[in-house]
This record gives sequence, C-alpha cells and structure tokens, in this order.
Amino acid sequence: MSRITALLRRGLVPLLAVITALLFGAIVIILTDFNNLANIGSDPAGALGGALSGVLNGYGAMLTGALGDPQKIGIALETMAPADIATAIRPLTETLVSATPLIFAGLGVAISFRAGMFNIGGDGQILVGALGATLTAFLLNGQAPAFVILAAALVVGTLFGAGYGFIPGFLKARTGAHEVITTIMLNYVAAQIVFFALRGPILRQPGSTAPVSKNMSAFVDVPLLINLPAIRLDLSFIAALLVAVLISWLLFRTTIGFELRASGFNMTAARYAGMSAGGSMMLAMALSGALMGLGGSFLVVGTVGQLSNDLAGGIGFNAIALALLAGLRPSGVVAAALLFGALSNGGKVMGIQSGIPFDLLSFIFALVIMFVAAPGLIRTIWRIKVSRPQPELAISQQPVASE
Amino acid sequence: MRLELRDISKRFPGVLANDKISIQADRGKVLGLLGENGAGKTTLMNILSGLYKPDSGQIFIDGEERVFGDPAAAINAGVGMVHQHFMLVPVFDVVEAVALGSEPVSGPLGAFNRSAARKRIVELSEQYKLDVEPDAKIESLPVGVRQRVEILKALYRHSDILVLDEPSAVLTPLETEELFAIIRSLTATGTTVIFITHKLNEVLEVADSIVVLRRGRVAGTADPKTTSRQELANLMVGRDVELIVAKGPAKPGEVVLEVNDLHVRDDRLDMAVNGVDLTVRAGEIVAIAGVQGNGQTELVEAITGLRTIDSGEMTIGGRHVEKASPREVSDLGVAHIPEDRGRDGLIAYMSIAENYILDTYHREPYSKHGVFDRKAVEAGAERGVKDFDIRTPSINTTAASLSGGNQQKVVVAREFSVPVQLVIAAQPTRGLDVGSIEYIHRRIIEQRDAGAAILIVSTELDEVLAVGDRIAVMFDGRIVGILEGESATYENLGLLMGGATFGTGAAA
Repeated sequence: MSRITALLRRGLVPLLAVITALLFGAIVIILTDFNNLANIGSDPAGALGGALSGVLNGYGAMLTGALGDPQKIGIALETMAPADIATAIRPLTETLVSATPLIFAGLGVAISFRAGMFNIGGDGQILVGALGATLTAFLLNGQAPAFVILAAALVVGTLFGAGYGFIPGFLKARTGAHEVITTIMLNYVAAQIVFFALRGPILRQPGSTAPVSKNMSAFVDVPLLINLPAIRLDLSFIAALLVAVLISWLLFRTTIGFELRASGFNMTAARYAGMSAGGSMMLAMALSGALMGLGGSFLVVGTVGQLSNDLAGGIGFNAIALALLAGLRPSGVVAAALLFGALSNGGKVMGIQSGIPFDLLSFIFALVIMFVAAPGLIRTIWRIKVSRPQPELAISQQPVASE
Repeated sequence: MRLELRDISKRFPGVLANDKISIQADRGKVLGLLGENGAGKTTLMNILSGLYKPDSGQIFIDGEERVFGDPAAAINAGVGMVHQHFMLVPVFDVVEAVALGSEPVSGPLGAFNRSAARKRIVELSEQYKLDVEPDAKIESLPVGVRQRVEILKALYRHSDILVLDEPSAVLTPLETEELFAIIRSLTATGTTVIFITHKLNEVLEVADSIVVLRRGRVAGTADPKTTSRQELANLMVGRDVELIVAKGPAKPGEVVLEVNDLHVRDDRLDMAVNGVDLTVRAGEIVAIAGVQGNGQTELVEAITGLRTIDSGEMTIGGRHVEKASPREVSDLGVAHIPEDRGRDGLIAYMSIAENYILDTYHREPYSKHGVFDRKAVEAGAERGVKDFDIRTPSINTTAASLSGGNQQKVVVAREFSVPVQLVIAAQPTRGLDVGSIEYIHRRIIEQRDAGAAILIVSTELDEVLAVGDRIAVMFDGRIVGILEGESATYENLGLLMGGATFGTGAAA
C-alpha cells in the first residue's frame, strides 16, 4: 500500500504537468481558431462552443490516434479479420514503435544524469551506433545467417555508441572539458561522419545522391511481435523493457550503480569514500552511449531499414526532457516514453483529422517539459502541499569537477 | 526593563519551536541565550527581529507593546541583528556595505552622499573601538572584521538592542576576546546585547544574566557569577553530562602513523604543509590544534590519500602510503571522519543505509561480485543506528533530514563499523551540541582504549584539551610545538596557535 502511495506521489507532479500543458494547449487551440473567433462579436456563445468543440475534436483525435478507435476495435472484434484487427490495434502499436527508441535514449540520459553527467550527445551516439550496426550488416550480408547478422549488428552498434559516449567522459575526467560542450559538438561530428560513410562504397545506393543508405530489410530485420499487415511493432520494444529492468538493477542493486549515483550526488564525498570520480564519469558516459547506440541500431535495422544522417531526428534531445519527466527512474522512463510516443503519434492523427497543426504538439511538448522542470509552479497552480523537501535531481548538485 | 518577550510561542509544521518563552533584558546589559542546536534560540530571535510572526505572545520595548510586521519595523524599534552567516556584499567597501538600504542622499536626484555616510561610520567605529577601515573592500577583510562591519551596520541604523547569533563560531580565540571587548564598550553606552551561543565559557564570561533554552522552552535561568559550566550544561541537555569525558591515561604502543618532513601544496599550489614531522602511536590520541587554514586540512588530505604530496614520507602500520589512493589507505584500516560532514562525509540525498556503507560497500557482506546483498546492508545499517543511537524514523530516511549531531553519528558509526588501526578525525564535533560532543568523544576514546592510534584535528581548544593525550600545534604549515596533555593550557596553546614558538617545541 505504501509503495502505491509513494508511486502516486512521485507521479503526481509529472502527471499534473502534462494535464496543465494540455490545458494551455487547449487555450492556444481556441485562440488560433480564427473561424470561430471571427464570430465572437455576433454570436459569442456559438463561437465559444465551436472553439471548444474544436478542442474536444482535436484531443479526441489525439486519443484515438494514440490508443485506437473504439469503433474500429468493435469492428475487429466482430469480424476477427486480420486486416480489421490490424486497423484496430495499429494506433497502439505505432505508439509503442515511437516509444521504443525513446526508452533506450531516455535510459541513456537517465544513467548519465544519475552520475552527474549531462549527456546532450544522444543524437550523435544514436547515429554512430546506427552506423556501426549498418556497416556490420552490409559487411556480413551473404556471409552469415540473418539472426547472426542481426546479433552482430546490435553488438557492434552498441559498442560504437559506447565508444562515442566514452570520448566526452574521458575528456571530462582527464582534462575537465565540460561534457555539455563536447557532447553537443560531437553531434555535428557524428552527422558528418555518417554523411561521409553514406557516400562510401559499402552504404551508397547506386545512382542516388540522397543521403540515405541502401535498404537492408531484405537480408536483416528485427522479428515482428505481431504478424499482421502494416504492423511495425517488433522485438525491440520487448528488448527496451528488458534493458530498463537491467538498468534499474544496475543502478540500485550493484556496486557500480552505487558508485555512479554517489558520484552524481556528491563527487567530493564519493572521492572521500574511495571511489574514483573520473572512472564513474567515463563509465556513465560509455553506458549512456551504449544505450543510445543500441537504440539507434534497433531503429536502423528494424523499423527504418536504412541509414540516413537524420535518423536520430532529435530523439537524443527529447530523451533529456523525458528522463527528467521520469525523475531519472528506469520505470519512469518507460512510462514517460509511452506518453511521449502516444503524444507524438496521436498528434499526427490530430493534425490530419482536425486540421490543428502538428506544430501545436511541439508547443505542448515544450510546455510539459517546462512544467516538469518547474515543480514548484505546478504545486502552486494545483495547490499541492509538500510535506518534506524532496531530494532534487542529482544534477543540481554537480560540482564543476576536474581532476 | 529595556526589552521583554512574554510567552512567545511559535509552531512550525510538526514542531513547537517556541513554547511560551519569556525573557527580559535590561539597558546596558548582556543577556546570554544558551541552548543546543534546535532549542529554539534562532526562532525566538527571528521573531524579535520581525522575520517571523509569533503565534502568540507579546514583545515589549521600554514597557510598550510592539508588533513587528516585518524586519524594517524591528529595526525602527532599535533591534539590530548580527546573523551567524554574514549578509554583506563582498565587492562593496565598508561604507557602501554599511550604508546599503539606509543611504544618506543629497541633491535633487537623490545621489548617495558617501562622505556623510563615511563620516558617521568613522565616528561609530572610533566610539566603540571597532577599528574598521571604512574604504576596505569587504572581500579583503578577515571574518573577525566582517563581523564588526555587521555590528557597525546595526549601530548605523541606531540599534540599541543588538542580537548576536553564535558570533564566535567563526572567530579565533583572540578575535573572540576582541569581540568581548567590543560588547563591553557597547553596553557601557547603554546598548542591550543578546548573545546567543551554545558555548558555555563564553556565556559565563560575557553575560550579565543567562537564560537556557531546551526544546523550545525555558529550561532555567542562571546568574553567571554563581553558576558553573556543569550546571549550565545539565540545564541545556536536560540530564547530567560529562563536559570532559573521563579517560584513563594513554598506553602508547607501537608507532602506527609516522610522517617525516612532509610537504604538501594547497589548491593554489602554495606550500600548505611545510615540513611536518608527526608520530601517532597505538593507544594514544594526538590532537592537532591551530587556527583554521594553517595546513591542517591539507595534512589530513595527504595522509588519507586525497591529496598528492610534494615530498616527504608517510607510513601507516609500517606501510608506505605516499602514493596510496584513498581506497588503499582506507583498506589499511584507517577511519577518516572528514572536516565537513555535509560536503565530504555524507551524501545528503542518499539514505542512511547507503551512507552507512559509503566506503565499505565493496566488501562482504554488503556486496558480493559487485551485487548488493540488501539484507546484509539493511542489517548493517540497523546495527549502526542502534549502536550509535542515531535518532531517525528509519534507515531509509535521507541523511539530509537528520540533525547535525545525528549526521555526524552516521559518519562515525560507518567509520567505526570495521576494525581500524588509525582514526583520523577532523573537526569531529564542529557545530554539534554538548550532548553529541560528549558522545562522539566517548566513542573516539573507546577506539583508543581498544588499541587504535587517533589523530584529531580541531580548532576548538576545549576539544583539544579534553581528548588529547599529546597536543601538537600547527601554524603556517609547521608543527610549532607538541605538549603533553597535562601541561597544555589555554594560554600556552593560544600563544602557539598565534605563531609563538617556545620551550617544548621539539617535534616528536
């Protein structure tokens, strides 16, 4: 029972942040609904009603777009035809597909933040990981069975990501170079490395100048979870959940995780206790990069099937907000990634069905993040009393350390 | 009666900070307000200075009831507060810092009339012998002088009821004497002083009357002419305490820590430890006295492996440790109670259990092959909490939520949870109340009697005299004298701490 209340208390502020952001979004939908606002002078009630129904339509479309349309689910239950079932569950599976890379990246950010390192380089590490996986797949093409190629691609991609994350960790531990700067800059470097590789003989599509590699789905793919037409959900989602459990175990049940968390909270005390601060920095960044790389590998080998230099598409950045929303807890990361997946997936449907621009979604995302970052604001808006000061995130105490 | 607080009560969520407290102070007198941390002294004074509103009770000044809605009202009524942590803008000079907020102005644009402010500040400084250079930058002033600037600030605002909150916490013994002289010149001109402290000697020396607070209530009043340290301590703690923990004579055994001609640089690369020789034997307590900043911190960091040494030799139990890491030193059986428990000794937002294993987590039984045995961790922490009487609702509470005394108990419990041959304790009782000090000292002496070698570094002469079997004084990076415990006094230690060298100064 107390576990449940603790869970509720933890989730309360993030949840209210989302609700607040959606309310603000509703206001903006109304304020930008010029057709109805034009009538506010002649028919105020009708105009407001129209605007409100616009909001309800929009958010309704978002909900069905994210979770599924009850009507279509009803049809599917009646006919039990594969095509109908696929139509019914597609919104939900697409939400999970969107959430999967966010889980990997969110875990990556969380583990680095736990150790007091700001990994802003998720996009770069995802790209470099995906590059490793893609290169491996093409090099092994025809030389090994598909599942061996898949395994090798995932392993190499993870290692590439780990290596790329290790660089800023190493620079920080040895020279004091701030990881915020180095990771951001390494994002650009990664994009150019991938761009260069895409023009090389192994990856280039013959006859194409677009920065996209040949497609590899013909010889390597991540097995699908549900074999129905147009359902893309594959095993990487299950893998993401398992990795979340693994990271949770690592952080809270092993001495390595203890060292990472201790260093993140208070580097001086960790040093006094005989831990190696530099070691924790390098390890945290390498682990963070490894998670990014694994996420990128699954994405490129599975869902997408070909490498492009915009593959990461800001996942590494969204993951920062997501990890903060999650309170840096692996379970929270999964929940937040599902929410983000649902919002982005539902947002697309909202854009198509109700004519509310997709840009509004970025707006709501931004508000969610802002409200999560300002828990005091949310508590004030909703008049929540805090019984005792909650520990702030590890990163708020990070000393500017150098060896 | 200049000032009277009558039946003041103030409740915070979960705690009754002040419970019908009444105090009185006469014109030109010093009221000593004595109490442990958390006894309600600061709350009471924040009520007097208008920062908090009392839930009930009255404030009378010259017999007239006053209600202070905000600090400005209290200042207007003549109440001046000198906080424990100074409230001065570091880049201002003394005139600017003192005048800030009540600047004299001139001209149509209301320009700051610096010369008028400066004139008044010089006058006040001379009248009360504060000896403050009006044009000096705050950041260039030593703490003792900064405190006098704070006093000037209050006087500048015509305060004649001056509240000093733990004023000696940051001062050297000499600076404290100077402060007392200033307090006497203030009272000579009719100023009423309320002197808040938990130090018994000081209140006996400076106060005209004493009120002892305990757990938000007045535990008793005392006349400094007739009372004793022991009586005050008992009132403060609410039971009989040992101010000086009884200990038998030391039985020094073989050498455990040996330091020869050690040189260590500080963060600015200046030589902070400049040729220290030191020996600590099993079964004895060597206390290092000295004013903060004379190389003690760097010496401790060097011995514990936290700071690279410049040159010299160090052995622990015969093993050379010049290049050892903190973990290697710790694994030799060295307990380290660090100087700043909040920064170095604890991780505030980790639980008590996690803090309890902070430097032993990698050993069995707490973990095996890098995986924690949660039961063993919990059992260990429960034992520590029980053995050291750590007052906490649970071992899963964060260290941040404990009182200072209990935090330090967590540190000491952890350090003593494994067998040790050497204990290095830096400022082990800083900021703790009498009861906790007694407890920590007793535990350290137990370790000595069990055969450990103990090195204590402290700036508190009371502490050094209470526990040291031998007392070394550190000044300017050197050990300037080593005294046997019995022959050490406030006077000869004070002289050595100030840099005098004499007689017995042969380094061991």
